[in-house]
Amino acid sequence: MAEEVVLLDFWPSPFGMRVRIALAEKGIKYEYKEEDLKNKSALLLQMNPVHKKIPVLIHNGKPVCESLIQVQYIDEVWHHKSPLLPSDPYQRAIARFWADFVDKKIYDLGRKVWTTKGEEQEAAKKEFIESLKLLEGELGDKPYFGGENLGYVDVVLVPFYSWFYAYEKCGNFSIEAECPKLIAWAKRCMQKESVSKSLPDREKVYGFVLQLKKAFGIE
Amino acid sequence: MADVKLHGFWASPFSYRVIWALKIKGVDYEYIEEDLSNKSELLLKYNPVYKKIPVLVHGGKPIAESLVILEYIEETWPGNPLLPSDPYEKAMARFWIQFAVAKASVYRAFFVSTGGEDQEKARKDWLEVLKILEDQALGDKKFFGGDTINLVDISYGVLAYWFKNTEEVIGIKVLEPTTLPRLSQWVQNFMQVPVIKENIPDSHKMLAYLRIVREKIIVAEQHNK
Repeated sequence: MAEEVVLLDFWPSPFGMRVRIALAEKGIKYEYKEEDLKNKSALLLQMNPVHKKIPVLIHNGKPVCESLIQVQYIDEVWHHKSPLLPSDPYQRAIARFWADFVDKKIYDLGRKVWTTKGEEQEAAKKEFIESLKLLEGELGDKPYFGGENLGYVDVVLVPFYSWFYAYEKCGNFSIEAECPKLIAWAKRCMQKESVSKSLPDREKVYGFVLQLKKAFGIE
Repeated sequence: MADVKLHGFWASPFSYRVIWALKIKGVDYEYIEEDLSNKSELLLKYNPVYKKIPVLVHGGKPIAESLVILEYIEETWPGNPLLPSDPYEKAMARFWIQFAVAKASVYRAFFVSTGGEDQEKARKDWLEVLKILEDQALGDKKFFGGDTINLVDISYGVLAYWFKNTEEVIGIKVLEPTTLPRLSQWVQNFMQVPVIKENIPDSHKMLAYLRIVREKIIVAEQHNK
């Protein structure tokens, strides 16, 4: 039976990028559908009635929602190629712990960096860098969080690299100066086609952030 | 020396998730009660990132975050499975477990609400969340896991016991047979499952504790305004 895979997505979404990377790593052919979040499609509302959010992965007509769940689902269904999670249960737990850490910290702190000013922004920048440093600690001397190859945590974290430039411009700081190892890791990931083709150009993301700031009335 | 240790706290629903999973799997473990106002050196060493319980330590190797621990337990001790084996059904189970995480702020808003319009809004928002859970996650099943409990039921234990006690502390009922008949029945069924019934904190202690915690948070939030 032919596999039918559809991804409902929005080009700057780091959560969507995770799924794009996972699908590319596994060599899965899929139909990409761009959603206008100001005018969500009937399909999106039907496939994700609870959250009404992207990304939504539709496999043979059945929807899977939430990016971490989607990446694990892809890894389990297409398990014969490019495994993303390790096979050892303890290593899997460590990977899930750090993926959860990324979800708890990076998106919200990054958002605070570009939406706030003054003391609030300084506090957000500080905590953001601290979180990245903890991730650097977990990476250690490995080329990827997954070891010799791209793994679950790499797929979960690297999409935010496309937003770093926007955070830096809005927050007036250099992430590379504080976290050189992490930037080296991100550039290493970008050498893989599965990653470079899944992440938008950083200038484009910055332009998008500026548009949002204007729309929200943030200076 | 036990191969499996659990650092927990008697009043924590997250701690209990791990206890229930270990008991269902028949895993022998040593329980270490942590004093959250005076955390042990070991806890700080095992969970340097969050410094929180629960932490499961297996063969000296620590795992933090209750939902991560639950998946680890499921994979390490596969007997009495607590997740579907089909990838799609598994994804759906994980979705409903994550739904609780996404809606935690709605629960919290209700927990700290003190009265008037704010409380009424918090109650309504929370009721809406519970309705989605009842309608789409539970449906007409006895448990979220079907005929027997699974990780979804275990993760929603916080509703069956901690939330029911919270209702008593606040003095407002949300999860009742008139508004949420199937979910209310689930609460009753869940609390009757032997492993749950035999492993639950003392009600009096819990009520007193919740009152204190709620007061503290409310006072702290008022100071921050």
